[in-house]
Amino acid sequence: MRMGPGNGHEPLVRIENLKMHFPIRAGVFRHVVGHVRAVDGVSLEVMRGETLGLVGESGCGKTTLGRALLFLYRPTAGRVIFEGEDLSQMKPAELRRIRRRMQVVFQDPFSALNPRMTVGSILAEPLRIHHLSPPEGETAFVARLLERVGLRASFATRYPHEFSGGQRQRIGIARALSLTPSFIVADEPITSLDVSIQAQVVNLLQDLQREDGLTYLFITHDLSMVRHLCDRVAVMYLGTLVETAAVEMLFTQPLHPYTQALLSAIPVPDPKVEARRQRIILSGDVPSPAHPPAGCRFSTRCPIAEERCRVERPELKEVTRGHTVACFLANPQSSTALHA
Amino acid sequence: MQVIGLTTRFTTEEGMVSAVNDISYDLEEGETIGVVGESGCGKTVHALSILRLVAPPAGRITAGEVIFQGVDLLTLPAEEMRRVRGRQIAMIFQDPMTSLNPVLTIGDQIVEAVAMHLQLGKAAARRRAAELLDLVGISEAATRLDAYPHEFSGGMRQRVMIAMGLSCEPRLLIADEPTTALDVTIQAQILDLVKRLREQIHTSMIWITHDLGVVAGLAQRVIVMYAGFIVEEARVDDLYADPRHPYTLGLLRSLPRVDRLHPGRRLTPIMGSPPDLLNLPPGCPFAPRCEHVVAQCMRENPALRRVSRAHRVACWVDVAARPSGEGAS
Repeated sequence: MRMGPGNGHEPLVRIENLKMHFPIRAGVFRHVVGHVRAVDGVSLEVMRGETLGLVGESGCGKTTLGRALLFLYRPTAGRVIFEGEDLSQMKPAELRRIRRRMQVVFQDPFSALNPRMTVGSILAEPLRIHHLSPPEGETAFVARLLERVGLRASFATRYPHEFSGGQRQRIGIARALSLTPSFIVADEPITSLDVSIQAQVVNLLQDLQREDGLTYLFITHDLSMVRHLCDRVAVMYLGTLVETAAVEMLFTQPLHPYTQALLSAIPVPDPKVEARRQRIILSGDVPSPAHPPAGCRFSTRCPIAEERCRVERPELKEVTRGHTVACFLANPQSSTALHA
Repeated sequence: MQVIGLTTRFTTEEGMVSAVNDISYDLEEGETIGVVGESGCGKTVHALSILRLVAPPAGRITAGEVIFQGVDLLTLPAEEMRRVRGRQIAMIFQDPMTSLNPVLTIGDQIVEAVAMHLQLGKAAARRRAAELLDLVGISEAATRLDAYPHEFSGGMRQRVMIAMGLSCEPRLLIADEPTTALDVTIQAQILDLVKRLREQIHTSMIWITHDLGVVAGLAQRVIVMYAGFIVEEARVDDLYADPRHPYTLGLLRSLPRVDRLHPGRRLTPIMGSPPDLLNLPPGCPFAPRCEHVVAQCMRENPALRRVSRAHRVACWVDVAARPSGEGAS
């Protein structure tokens, strides 16, 4: 189901100026010599029932943001409001309780499942931790979960190594569902899977969302999948958001030069399209998040950067309804659209 | 180059793995072929087999010929084969971190390759190494020669690998998923570089990837592999516009497109998962997942047959004549 952004839906998650800095230690006494600013002041809302895509390249902080907003890390600064409750004010026991409602699916289905536990006990474990007992009994509960993710109930007695990558990812999804969450952070859930298997898992995620009214934060570097799956997109670069928009707006009228370059870099499986596409080739590499550039963080690679960009940091500003961009030079009139 | 009936097996504790099964194709002078398929389809092993880099005793090339400039590489004495590798056929691997020696400088490693194959003196080899780094777009090349691999980013390391691969201006460059580990903006830089260099030194290329998008922009011809077999081969335009193997069709349909609207559409996945190479079914390896399957598919594995001059497909069914499932997405 698709819903436009900001059309009266309430936010399920509100992130306010979230920062997650990791100390860099050096020397015999492990003194802190600096900080990796993995997430450096991100504000974002996730609306109830939507799929928000969080995209960016490796090291941009998207995974850290996903974990910090679940308070799997204690953020350095900022607040996260989930279902009206401020996580930053919560004691550990309260956090544990609210985490039933917010779950995560990890990228690597090989390391995310305990190899010594049967699938049945992996799926029942979250209930035990939270001292819950399903009314239908544990076996029936596990069987129902497995069937929901398209696996056979008889798999409950097997071990993770007996399954393929796609099947393991289904098990990871079933585990996330075991506590009937309202919000799931899916961190690159299909990246390690083969192309033909990716579509199976994406369809499953869509079915589950429709059935349970789930809200997803879908973290990925795969923009083609984002266009397929997401309602809204937030683009991250070096610890900050550079652009957020409804999915079709972002793909047809990207405003930030980084978003434009990112979209133009994605190969399209069609030789005719490839032959006539204009690529924006960025020079250089992403700077280190321990020493981000002064001013706009993209200014070192930006094809249109001016003097001001190297000195002053642009804020994320709304340019049209639901479309925000952090760039002094972004011009809605001269956006390079990708063929729709 | 001509590959004829190449077959590679691995002996494991669980049994014999049929990694590459009787594959044949030609590669023209100056041409780029894309070899696509999913993990375990034999695309990497096929490339290692061409260079005779399959490690015995577990891995063995059990049949076939690889005719390169008139000579069968598979029967060449080991000493002569060593001269072919690097000098005439170079290979770039997926992971530039593990392909570079971490305790030697970038310069040492390029100089070693250049000095050995081109019989250059040390100073001349170093000058050539700096030229190569410059060629692949690494600035201040002469000073960067003294850097160690860990001081370079992933994209720069892959540039170094390309520089080394091209150092002897090989007739053939085999690239095995060289951009898969890189971010898309860096991938775009590398692909742009490769296209320019290909023009300059007029080398043939075999580009191995699982990314049908990369191949669409790079290759003239595409080979699709599944379970160690070639299931389809066509000119790049024909493969995408008129795929004839149900597996190719399935792959293209399961991909979302970044350049298209997806209003509430569902992807069409290929059901099931690839077969166990220890235990290939007697018929077509794709039959258990195929929506066009007929009885014959379960009994007999179809050979590649020509459907037009430059288009070959291994399928008993004419998918083009049976558009079932088309438009179901």
